[in-house]
Amino acid sequence: MSEIVQYLMSGLTAGAIYAVIALGYTLLYNATELVNFAQGEFVMLGSLGLFTFLSVLGWPLWAAFPAVTLVVGLLGVVLERLAIRPVKKPEPITLIIITVGASIFLRGLAMLLWGKDPHSVPGFAAAAPIRVLGAAIMPQSLWILAVVGLLMGGLHLFSKHTLTGKAMEACAIHRSGAWILGIPSDRMAQLAFAMSAALGGIGGIIISPITMAGYDMGTMLGLKGFCAAMLGGLGSHWGAVVGGLLLGVLESLGVGFFSSGIKDAIAFLLLLAILMARPSGLLGPKAVTRF
Amino acid sequence: MTGKRRLWATTAFAGAIAVASMAVSNAYHQQLLTVIGIHTLLALGLNMLMGYAGQISLGHAAFYGLGAYGTGILTTHYGWSPWAAFPLVLVAAGAVAYVIGRPTLKLSGYYLAMGTLGLGIIGHVIFREWDSMTGGASGMVGIPPLQVGGTVLSLGRSGMILVWVVVLMAFFFCDRLVDSRIGRALRALGDSQGAAAACGVDTGRLKAVIFSFSAVLTALAGFLYAHLVGFISPSSFDFLMSIRMVTMVVIGGMASIYGSLFGASVITLLPEWLHVFSDYEMMVYGLVLMLVMIFLPQGLTRGVLDALEGVKSES
Repeated sequence: MSEIVQYLMSGLTAGAIYAVIALGYTLLYNATELVNFAQGEFVMLGSLGLFTFLSVLGWPLWAAFPAVTLVVGLLGVVLERLAIRPVKKPEPITLIIITVGASIFLRGLAMLLWGKDPHSVPGFAAAAPIRVLGAAIMPQSLWILAVVGLLMGGLHLFSKHTLTGKAMEACAIHRSGAWILGIPSDRMAQLAFAMSAALGGIGGIIISPITMAGYDMGTMLGLKGFCAAMLGGLGSHWGAVVGGLLLGVLESLGVGFFSSGIKDAIAFLLLLAILMARPSGLLGPKAVTRF
Repeated sequence: MTGKRRLWATTAFAGAIAVASMAVSNAYHQQLLTVIGIHTLLALGLNMLMGYAGQISLGHAAFYGLGAYGTGILTTHYGWSPWAAFPLVLVAAGAVAYVIGRPTLKLSGYYLAMGTLGLGIIGHVIFREWDSMTGGASGMVGIPPLQVGGTVLSLGRSGMILVWVVVLMAFFFCDRLVDSRIGRALRALGDSQGAAAACGVDTGRLKAVIFSFSAVLTALAGFLYAHLVGFISPSSFDFLMSIRMVTMVVIGGMASIYGSLFGASVITLLPEWLHVFSDYEMMVYGLVLMLVMIFLPQGLTRGVLDALEGVKSES
């Protein structure tokens, strides 16, 4: 029993982080129909940024958290401005290569700036684990779940109850229709880039005390975030959360009951299975274009 | 290309290979040319997918590794002859690609990219972790060289000739393929998927077929690499290798068969000439990919050639 609680808890923690990254994909996909292959690098930058602000500059956590989020969000805007907007014919293959280029560029830059060795980041609170039902729960896990819960609530309020959020939703439903109604869809795309990058950054911030911060952490997290987004249905906010938590729990159970070697394979196999069986995901609202 | 031009191009290419194989006697240059040849096969394989089907694979290093490790395992652990392992690894690469390609290629372009990105990572994990078979992180040694008749083909003149003869055959074959019925269907697909489907092209299946063809060519390059170098390690088949292949195609130009040769040469020679390059390798690839795709989405060579032609026709 205590084992299962332990697996569930660590799965939910990892899953919450996948969910944040998946939300980043979803937000951007809704506003621009683009999948950003550099999303994982924003996670990496969030982690390494937090390390710099906390350990090098000596800022307190309450100041470093928003500062890093802001910086990563701004980087998202810079990416959109410099690399995405100048593209004349935005076909998927062009945009994939550009965002992959951005991803590998950011990774190379991070390797030069922060070195090849991972850095450890202190936890947000006391390090002593809390005992619940015989399972040891790290306080960092509770922090992660709290942050992700707050983010979800905030995003829900933003998209349902603010004008900007509703405008973004309108862009997601029909871009040119929204444009005709006077919604500046370009600016919405830019905002979506900023929010999506910031979400990636937050994912990186909250994961860094658990996994350490390294220049090469982004690809795997980006891939798992995408898998979570696909699992829940790309484009659906709640789908991203369900997909993320599901992926995290399945991974953790897989590691617990089989072997730790298959951990990274689970995400990939799930991705393939979902692509074959139900490309619109579990909670996917609309049919995916099939060709 | 018309029949006559193709004949000329192939003859000239074969002549160049013959001359080079006689003239180059420096061991370092022979090795370099061998690597360029293998990289050309990689670029050609990926270009068939990127240039013609308009799809991208971010995990082609997995197929490269499948070719290399497949034959490595069969020949060293099971004592197979390389020539017996040869068809098996190519079929295996094609089959893996087809299984992944069939579901993902029905969807929009992002899904194959993500699926293959995952495949590349999993492939690398398997090469690194499956100690008993692959030798783990330290790699595999003692892969036997290829033999034809009584001649051992090893790194040096004989290996160089072997690789370039294979490149020549691959060029010839791809060139013919592009001009065939399948090739016309492919180009239609590249221009407009809807129009191709309306003309009766089974787009999903065709894309999966070209994806497996490209995987087979890539595995062939891995097969040659393993037997010529005799040593393989997981670091040769990592994510950066997949990115290197994409960069070769982007530099060489989409849907340009001879451009693959140029792209492969640039990416092979750059680190040799610039020794500080390895620290900046990722940043340089990243910048090249972004800049070329923003300004010349057809790829560097094609883009420059098109621009020159534009200037010529205006004046």
